[in-house]
Amino acid sequence: MSDSFNLEIVNPEKLFLSLDNVSEVVVPAFEGDMGILKDHISIISFLKPGIVKVFTGNEVKELYIEDGIIEFSENSLSILTSKIIDIKEIKKDDLSSMINEANEALKDENLDDQKRFIANQKIDVLNRLN
Amino acid sequence: MASLDDLKKRITSVKSTQKITKAMKMVAAAKLRKAQESAEKGRPYSDKMHNIILNLSKNINDKENAPKLLAGSGKDNVHLCVVMTSDRGLCGGFNSNITKKAKSYFKKILDSGKEIKIVTVGSKGFDQLKRAYKEHIIENISFKESKNVNYFDADKVGKMIIEKFEKGEFDVCTIFFNKFKNVITQIPQEQQIIPLKSEKSDDKNDVMNYEFEPEEDEILNNLLPKNISTQIFKAMLENSASEQGSRMSAMDNATRNAGEMVEKLTIEYNRSRQAAITKELIEIISGAESL
Repeated sequence: MSDSFNLEIVNPEKLFLSLDNVSEVVVPAFEGDMGILKDHISIISFLKPGIVKVFTGNEVKELYIEDGIIEFSENSLSILTSKIIDIKEIKKDDLSSMINEANEALKDENLDDQKRFIANQKIDVLNRLN
Repeated sequence: MASLDDLKKRITSVKSTQKITKAMKMVAAAKLRKAQESAEKGRPYSDKMHNIILNLSKNINDKENAPKLLAGSGKDNVHLCVVMTSDRGLCGGFNSNITKKAKSYFKKILDSGKEIKIVTVGSKGFDQLKRAYKEHIIENISFKESKNVNYFDADKVGKMIIEKFEKGEFDVCTIFFNKFKNVITQIPQEQQIIPLKSEKSDDKNDVMNYEFEPEEDEILNNLLPKNISTQIFKAMLENSASEQGSRMSAMDNATRNAGEMVEKLTIEYNRSRQAAITKELIEIISGAESL
């Protein structure tokens, strides 16, 4: 019996990634990283900025994700996100402009705690990638 | 009867119009393919989003404390109408169909003594509505600069709507757009997005039991604003496909009409040329006879 399940990552423009032989996915859920294996209980959660790791066989794919919702049911995992980039494809310039953007957002005084947390998290992750 | 010269000029002018409409039709056809493709590609996202929200709202037990975006503000005095049209003309009945639909809705709301506020997306809708509903229009957004429909633009509109909702500026929000059925048919649609209309809950497939992390309300609070943007994005995609489709068939008609007109004018031109020749011949013959 194989230990793989389906993964679909969609962004508003298109189906970003669709795999049917994923053995494990680690997502940056809002309350902490979450690893998902086959036969996980059905779950809905949302994500904070971070790295999604997709394990297929011996390969690991790493994707930077800015936000998203995940739904896992009957061994198929859907990730809905408005912004996702393969780490290998991120350029240095984009990184720094994204960090600047997040820093700008932090300057807003009226930011609520959750938004502030997300912006900080974003800077953290981006700095680590840089 | 018009002189030969005049007729000739008219024929050339109609012919060059025909060339333009033909080129526009071709351009629209090419753009349509692209727009249709991206509308189809965008569907999985909005479908999945819809499913998740459906599942979540079924799992909410405490309807009283449900997020306002889902349950509404409890009143329905002020209606916000988002009328989505194109930025360019020459696309047949595309824009008028939407505004017609919107106007009948406005009338219904105003007749029942409620208030409306209008946001127009796309300059053509603004042009058509400003005469009759100028005092109701609170915002006019246009994305003339962006070449393609993108999520970023939709998100801006979505965020603006949510901001207004949180300030209590309106109670119900409806969007108007054209749904793309096929090249010839586009159906003007009205869709209520705030509060979210839950479809008939007698779905055949049972409600899945999900684990939620964090709590349902928190996920919903995070998800519902995104859903607004997604719905608007979907409407924009449908709209752009419809616009191109509508333009294509309008330009096809125009090309055909121009062809017919050229034919008619050519016959008239030939007839009057023949008449002139006959007249000249008669003059020569009768002149020779009189000698």
